[in-house]
Amino acid sequence: MTMPAKNYASTRFSELDEINEENVKDLRVAFTFSTGVNKGHEAAPLVVENTMYIVTPYPNILYALDLTKPGAPLKWAFRPNPEPTSQGVACCDVVNRGAAFSDGRIFFNTLDGHTIAVDAETGAAVWNNKVGNINIGETITMAPLVVKDKVLVGNSGGELGVRGWVKALDAKDGHVVWTAFSTGPDKDVLIGSEFKPFYDSDKGEDLGVSTWPPNAWQIGGGNMWGWISYDPDLDLIYHGTGNPGPWNPDLRPGDNKWTAGIFARDPDTGAAHWFYQWTPHDMHDYDGINEQILLDMDWKGKPRKVLVRPERNGYIYILDRTTGEVLSAEPFGAVNSSKGVDLKNGRLIVNEEKAPRTGKLVRNICPTASGVKDWEPSAFSPRTGLLYIPHANLCMDEQGVDVNYIAGTPYVGMEVRMIPGPGGHRGEFTAWDIANERPAWKIKENFPVWSGALATAGDVVFYGTMEGWFKAVSARTGDLLWQFKTSSGIIGQPVAYRGPDGHEYIAILSGVGGWAGAVVSGDLDPRDRTAALGFAGVMADLKDVTAPGGTLYVFKLP
Amino acid sequence: MKMRTLALLAGVAILLTGCQREERDTRPDPVKGAGDQAVPVTSLAPGGERPVDTDAKAARFADNAFHMSEGKRLFDWFNCSGCHSRGGGGMGPALMDDKWIYGSSIENIHATIRDGRPNGMPAFGGRVPDDQIWELAAYVRSLAGKSSKAAAPGRNDDLMPHPSENRLPDATTLGRSP
Ligand code: HEC
Repeated sequence: MTMPAKNYASTRFSELDEINEENVKDLRVAFTFSTGVNKGHEAAPLVVENTMYIVTPYPNILYALDLTKPGAPLKWAFRPNPEPTSQGVACCDVVNRGAAFSDGRIFFNTLDGHTIAVDAETGAAVWNNKVGNINIGETITMAPLVVKDKVLVGNSGGELGVRGWVKALDAKDGHVVWTAFSTGPDKDVLIGSEFKPFYDSDKGEDLGVSTWPPNAWQIGGGNMWGWISYDPDLDLIYHGTGNPGPWNPDLRPGDNKWTAGIFARDPDTGAAHWFYQWTPHDMHDYDGINEQILLDMDWKGKPRKVLVRPERNGYIYILDRTTGEVLSAEPFGAVNSSKGVDLKNGRLIVNEEKAPRTGKLVRNICPTASGVKDWEPSAFSPRTGLLYIPHANLCMDEQGVDVNYIAGTPYVGMEVRMIPGPGGHRGEFTAWDIANERPAWKIKENFPVWSGALATAGDVVFYGTMEGWFKAVSARTGDLLWQFKTSSGIIGQPVAYRGPDGHEYIAILSGVGGWAGAVVSGDLDPRDRTAALGFAGVMADLKDVTAPGGTLYVFKLP
Repeated sequence: MKMRTLALLAGVAILLTGCQREERDTRPDPVKGAGDQAVPVTSLAPGGERPVDTDAKAARFADNAFHMSEGKRLFDWFNCSGCHSRGGGGMGPALMDDKWIYGSSIENIHATIRDGRPNGMPAFGGRVPDDQIWELAAYVRSLAGKSSKAAAPGRNDDLMPHPSENRLPDATTLGRSP
């Protein structure tokens, strides 16, 4: 458990099988821990050598709990004291998605743009490098990934005209080894002789400049606040890029490279190997930064190295991860903003009827700006061949408005009002049969499912709801096997680990918030349906069922 | 007779309030009320309560329809709406509710906008002319239903995310029986 995604392939599959479909009903609380923070808890706990590490939302406290002692007492706490002003430039609650462990150190990011290495044993800071600048609206919320001797970090700020990047920091001393921007000239994007994109639309010189109005790329977003995977055999990392800014598409005609897409890069140099754009000229805030699950499987009779991406725009993409070719793209929720993906040229077929324009109100666009699926990572079980996807079922009304770029303030230009999707339930938990390109089963949830998923070798799948239920369902059928009501809504990432006593434990952070839960964690007024970038109105009743507050829950069998 | 006097008086009263509502300071006096006096954000004071200073400008801007509608325009122009939406909040707190961290008086709100606040409210002083800060402050009060219904801005033509400002209930009494 040295990384939130469990392994470089990002399967979030635990080999532990002590807790299974039969006995999961007996799960009970082993211990709890209050984080003392009332914002959205999106992080995954890490467990390394009998110590559990959790990083909180702002003020980004790193706690170490001693698992060898009864009740897992606090071993140490590291308080980085980020600048309070950073809270005002974080688009969607002040979340943090977790830490990473490597070689005796814990690495994590703070909201005010620092990457910090802490000695895992003593809790002393080893290095601290400020890589983001909150004065231009740049924050960091993602969980870093350590690949060989490098710590990979990306910035947030796609709603504030921040230019996106990924940086590799030296794990030893924190200095920046390379920076790859998501917009601008090829040399900034680290596009060179190794770059061989599959589709013609990604070939050409300095497309990160020429697919934008003059200079718009400098404030064009493409931020990398999500997940990175790594294939050690191909020696390539894979990471998405966020939405182009501003949201109002009228202000940036063109394909807006290299936003809302995915890069394969050399981890040592950052050099781009290929790129694919999920959503060229994005019109709806469809960030392309979700998790990518790396699988080696038979695809239509041939063994292939694939990359599976449940994407915000509503499709599950299967890509050949050696070339970037799209093998399949099927919708896994309600989509009307596009009409599919043309597999000949890889291009999303946009539905112009749902294109928002300045001064034009367009109703019932599916999915919302937050997508069929936002950041919340899915899990894959090799035992069932199913991908377990937590996601939303929401649509929206949109109207473009004019906006001025003022550094350090939002640069969005869109009024949004979300509504429940078809059927009226706002969330779904979908088990997707990858090989057969269709859902195996679906669970409806009242609220968007904003927590991550965990699959185990006991054929149990775990996730949490925004009301606060932590659920265990059968990996094969989706039948509810057990549930426990935690103290606040859940938007965290469940993990399984083997404790010092040799037994299997399941851990989850409870604590509502995030973009979907900001109405509660930020105490917003949902009478203004555009609050929280359009999310507040559709979540108004969340205030009636849960209250903020971060608590770690750890479960075991009796 | 009596009826007619009453009607006449009522008419005059309406005209008078109308005048105040519509008054436009197109060339405001730059000397009076620079808005730089101390604005306490608490009513607690050692030695007992003290009278709170009011700014000379406050009365000119509060409850004035022209200034509030200008404030509404500036609220988008300076991206206030990016962080506070149409008053429901987002990256910044809700401004249409009854919770004020730094005070609800027009002087308090003016100071908030001018000087910024520690948890992420930018300081607009020096970037935005002082009179426009007062206009913004006057408009912010209307979001919480704290200004005269006769003067607060009317209906939007766009997405209409909440009732127009002149129909918003006073946040202080919202949800409580009168
Ligand atoms: C970059 C985001 C951002 C922008 C832009 C912004 N605000 Fe704020 N605002 C905040 C935050 C965050 C707070 C809370 C500060 C604190 O608690 O210390 C706040 C607080 C306030 C408050 C105080 C609320 C209270 O409860 O006391 C007012 C009033 C306010 N803002 C008005 C405005 C106006 C008017 C503008 C435009 C001129 C504006 N804001 C622009 C983020 C922003």
